[in-house]
Amino acid sequence: MQTEAIFYNVFFVIVLLSLGYPLGLFIARIFEGDIPKRVSFLKPVENLIYRVSGINPQTKFSAPTYFLHLLTFNLMGLVLLILILMGQGFLPLNPQSVSGLDFPLAFNTAVSFITNTNWQAYSGEVSLSYFSQMVGLTTQNFLSASTGLAVIMVVVNGLNQKSEKIIGNFWVDMVRMNLYLLLPLACILALILIGQGVIQNFSPYIKSLTLEGIEQVIPMGPAASQIAIKQLGTNGGGFFGVNSAHPFENPTPFSNFLQMLSILLIPVAQVFAFGKLVKNERQGFSIAAAMSVIFIVLLTFSLWSEFTTIPSWAGDIPLEGKELRFGTNESVLWSVVTTAASNGSVNAMHSSLSPLSGLVALFNMMTGEVVFGGVGSGLYGMFLYVILTVFVAGLMVGRTPEYLGKRIEAYEIKLAMIGILIPSALILIGAGVASVSDWALSSLSHQGPHGLSEILYAFTSTSGNNGSAFAGFNVNTPVINIVLGLCMFISRFIVIYAVIMISGSLVAKKYTPVTAGTFPTDSYLFSILLIGVVFIVGALTFFPALTLGPIAEHFLTIYGITF
Amino acid sequence: MSHHSKNILFTKKDILKGIHDSFKKLNPRDQIRNPVMFIVFIGAIMTSAIVSYESWLGHFSGFNLQIAIWLWVTVLFANFAEAIAEGKGKAQAESLKNVKSETMAKLWTGKTHVLISAAELNKGEVVLCEAGDVIPGDGEVVEGIASVDESAITGESAPVIRESGGDRSAVTAGTKVISDRIIIRITAAQGETYIDKLISMVEGANRQPTPNEIALSTLLIGLTAIFLLAVGSLKGLMSYSETQSNSVQSLATIPVLIALLVCLIPTTIGGLLSAIGISGMERLLKKNIIAKSGRAVEAAGDVDVLLLDKTGTITIGNRQASEFIPSSYSNADDVARAAFLASIKDETPEGRSIVKLAEIGHKIQNIELKNQAMTFIPFSAETRMSGLDLTEAGEVQYYRKGAPDSVTKWITNQGGQVHPIIKNAAEKIAKSGGTPLFVAHNNKVLGVIHLKDIVKAGIKERFLELRKMGIKTVMITGDNPITAAAIAAEAGVDDFLAEATPESKMNKIREEQRAGRMVAMVGDGTNDAPALAQADVGVAMNTGTQAAREAGNMVDLDSNPTKLIEVVETGKQLLMTRGALTTFSMANDVAKYFAILPALFTGIYIVNNIPALKSLDVMSLHSAQSAILSAVIFNALIIIVLIPLALKGVPYRSLSAKEILRRNLLIYGIGGIIVPFIGIKLIDLFIVGIGLI
Repeated sequence: MQTEAIFYNVFFVIVLLSLGYPLGLFIARIFEGDIPKRVSFLKPVENLIYRVSGINPQTKFSAPTYFLHLLTFNLMGLVLLILILMGQGFLPLNPQSVSGLDFPLAFNTAVSFITNTNWQAYSGEVSLSYFSQMVGLTTQNFLSASTGLAVIMVVVNGLNQKSEKIIGNFWVDMVRMNLYLLLPLACILALILIGQGVIQNFSPYIKSLTLEGIEQVIPMGPAASQIAIKQLGTNGGGFFGVNSAHPFENPTPFSNFLQMLSILLIPVAQVFAFGKLVKNERQGFSIAAAMSVIFIVLLTFSLWSEFTTIPSWAGDIPLEGKELRFGTNESVLWSVVTTAASNGSVNAMHSSLSPLSGLVALFNMMTGEVVFGGVGSGLYGMFLYVILTVFVAGLMVGRTPEYLGKRIEAYEIKLAMIGILIPSALILIGAGVASVSDWALSSLSHQGPHGLSEILYAFTSTSGNNGSAFAGFNVNTPVINIVLGLCMFISRFIVIYAVIMISGSLVAKKYTPVTAGTFPTDSYLFSILLIGVVFIVGALTFFPALTLGPIAEHFLTIYGITF
Repeated sequence: MSHHSKNILFTKKDILKGIHDSFKKLNPRDQIRNPVMFIVFIGAIMTSAIVSYESWLGHFSGFNLQIAIWLWVTVLFANFAEAIAEGKGKAQAESLKNVKSETMAKLWTGKTHVLISAAELNKGEVVLCEAGDVIPGDGEVVEGIASVDESAITGESAPVIRESGGDRSAVTAGTKVISDRIIIRITAAQGETYIDKLISMVEGANRQPTPNEIALSTLLIGLTAIFLLAVGSLKGLMSYSETQSNSVQSLATIPVLIALLVCLIPTTIGGLLSAIGISGMERLLKKNIIAKSGRAVEAAGDVDVLLLDKTGTITIGNRQASEFIPSSYSNADDVARAAFLASIKDETPEGRSIVKLAEIGHKIQNIELKNQAMTFIPFSAETRMSGLDLTEAGEVQYYRKGAPDSVTKWITNQGGQVHPIIKNAAEKIAKSGGTPLFVAHNNKVLGVIHLKDIVKAGIKERFLELRKMGIKTVMITGDNPITAAAIAAEAGVDDFLAEATPESKMNKIREEQRAGRMVAMVGDGTNDAPALAQADVGVAMNTGTQAAREAGNMVDLDSNPTKLIEVVETGKQLLMTRGALTTFSMANDVAKYFAILPALFTGIYIVNNIPALKSLDVMSLHSAQSAILSAVIFNALIIIVLIPLALKGVPYRSLSAKEILRRNLLIYGIGGIIVPFIGIKLIDLFIVGIGLI
């Protein structure tokens, strides 16, 4: 069992990295405007989009303007999505005649999808029409992912250009990423998934009579087209309520493997793309190495916990809540993959993971999903840690710290701290307040430390823009919908703001040439240091909370007390 | 300035003064300047208030009192670190002030002088200074020449010459004329003189936080905010957990949470940050360099390019004779003897080096010259030749040495000719970067003296170290490119600027800066001033002109250009110390969590009378209270323990960035994780042993 798991996971990582690298080079070329041959037939479409929407692709924006365009665009998406969700009863493609959502749920859902969180306080097959799923949510799956990639472009420009004031064109970045990367990949993946049995239709739900004589409703819908981008764009919002645990959403072991792969594919590729774009691939490798090590360590820890830590389970590997078709390993691997990336789709109930596996999922999200992370967001989140690492390490070698020739000074540190601090603050304040508030406590379905983990998970998953659910915590109440919606919105755009403004400051700086006195950021030493900073900052911030949640539960479980 | 007590970090008196000042610094207005320590300050006040309130209610808690005391101690220790760093500077300022006190000035009216107090002098007025007078204000010599004792400022006891015109015309208030008389035009108003500026620099009155310090403070404030949230949210999470495990008495009281917070926020680096900054300037001061701002010291650490003057920095002052090259009709000893005789009365450094080489290298002695008729022809800039007419055995022998063209002319007049071998030898020397001098006896050129620049011992190794640190060295010289290239190769500099003019120096600096590099240079002349101002770090020699001293951002009181390298090292050390202590401070938190959290959680989730989270107590501390107190005590004591490190800086080694990082990470990162585990355990054993808990 365990040997098999090791082989499976090693194989997974190898396939992931070997597909990620060439895709990274592909992404780098799109970023540079040197459109690869395979997709260059779409060029007329790009030009047509510019002409129709009146975009001048030559215009470049300053950092604040870039952010303003990005924010406005996302706010417009937010309003539109709220309108669709609230008015779906009057819109087409609604064979089940579902009615509109109330405002708190519509707000929560809309924020969730524009911020690439895809926290789902609703159940897709019960609450949403096909129109809402396709036109509303799937569209935002594409746009939120490409928003993340656009921010990467800003970071790259900030580092590459010298003594400039302008940082790029948001619209061009968006158009190119969707047209040349996300759309083609999503089409391919959707077709393969359909081949595996994922459904894609507009039929009304099917009613059937089971052997027990009970009537069962089998939901239908255009699932494959949404699921492809839900994984590729690290969105994670399932077509059905139980997400990738649903046989129509994730029918076979191969589709399961493919979906896990596609969750991390672009996040891995973007790191390699980054190295290529800053003209030193080793810069990408050192970050990728740090991420890979954290990923492997956390995965191993999680599996170890699941398989061996609980003596009272007397050798039986707990299967409650796991994806039984694929087994414990694939459930645990998925839980680590989906929280490492800011995906949030699930194929098992995270509430049923062993306490320390749950801790791994929590920790992944608490650090801001920087282990490959979300599309765009993983790398730009890691960029903030890189700034901190470079600063502390740079001091230790006796020079004003610099990253890729750009000096890291007070302004960058301030924004990097804000970008790391605010999401953490939302988690800690949210969980701290909720754990003594009736509106949260009444939603709990478990007691003791496990109940605390539920609360912690809800705030972590939303503030980390992950979107996975621990299950157990009833989140569809008006207060929780609004509170968590705000958490998602604030942490997504604060981090983006910090990253763009840092890049805007870096782009104006001159380039300091590398000497033997420069702290090298393309070495294994840097990778180790980066791992250290992510762990230390994450651990120091959340250690007390994690101790009272999963760690306390772990020790209690050892004594035979379960929740 | 004091040259003693270099190895003693602080004396008993310094400590007493430091203790006194640490209490004075409890003023909230002082405290708020350091946000991290301000949190501790507030925490100490709150805890004290709680202790008083509790005793008023009648349930006094000795445990809370001890927490309160240690929080105050933490604040005082941080104050002490700053006070002691400042104190050193203040003592130095005191000695400068003594120099300034009660000077009288002789106001010059053209023919006679009027005695007034120096304090009444205005800018532009002219004063007379005679032997024994203290110069009343900064100024410029407009008439006369005098030797001046500047030891009050420089610590250098040898007097210097000050004269009107040229680069040696600047005089400084507080220095003393020891011979002759000069007339000085005052160029700085009272309170703005050089010595006033030195005093204010040294006192740190104008100490502005440097860019890097601001960046680090921002990071520390951010970390503090994170821990405020972590501890703040703990209150809610604890109350949930206590309800769930039906525990009656909460250990998560306000004093305990404050104790946890203080242990977690980066008090170690926060408490020592300003001491580190002050001590950076202090260390330079010990090397007799005054930095005009902390910013300059910091910039020194970032320097990529050093512009070094050849003369005095790379080579020993002047050119020296290195070899006597004979012709086909003479041998080296003949040449040496002739050169010796021709140079006995040549007092130029070159002349003296010729005599020395002849004496040491060729055993030529003075003795044979006794009782002989001699006529000396001294060296003059006009003839560029020196010599001796010696009557030996009744015949006058003519010995000459000098510049090739002068000697050639002289020989031709005597009816002689210069042999091609001599010409070739001279050309060869010139090509190798040396200076040839001809040695003639009567109408023959006997041989050639090879004068060359002597590269200072050890300087090549120094440049190698600099290269390892990623610093490029550029030699500045007025020599022609051939000479410059030869010396550059010998000294091992990376690059050179030959036939340097003020403009070309300036262009070189700008060129390097355009490429993004930081440039440091040393200068003394007025024409160095623009370059000194342009350079990122400009060290002016104290013997230099007023213009140069004002343009630079550091002044070297010893006027020793080699010290530029030490300046760079001090700058690097300053940043490294900050980085190392930040890392140490952060790494410490791991152990503090493992001390305090299990203690805090003793009351919840109890199974079979054992708290479920007891397993986290890896140090097996005595009790919850002793654990919390030990962590707080460790947190306070570590500040005191690290004061010497903050003041001295982390040991500096010239290694590449990679190796320095590996070392420092090992010592301060890994060490920072391990040390507090041991320290807290020991403190726990101790306080339990003496019965504090």
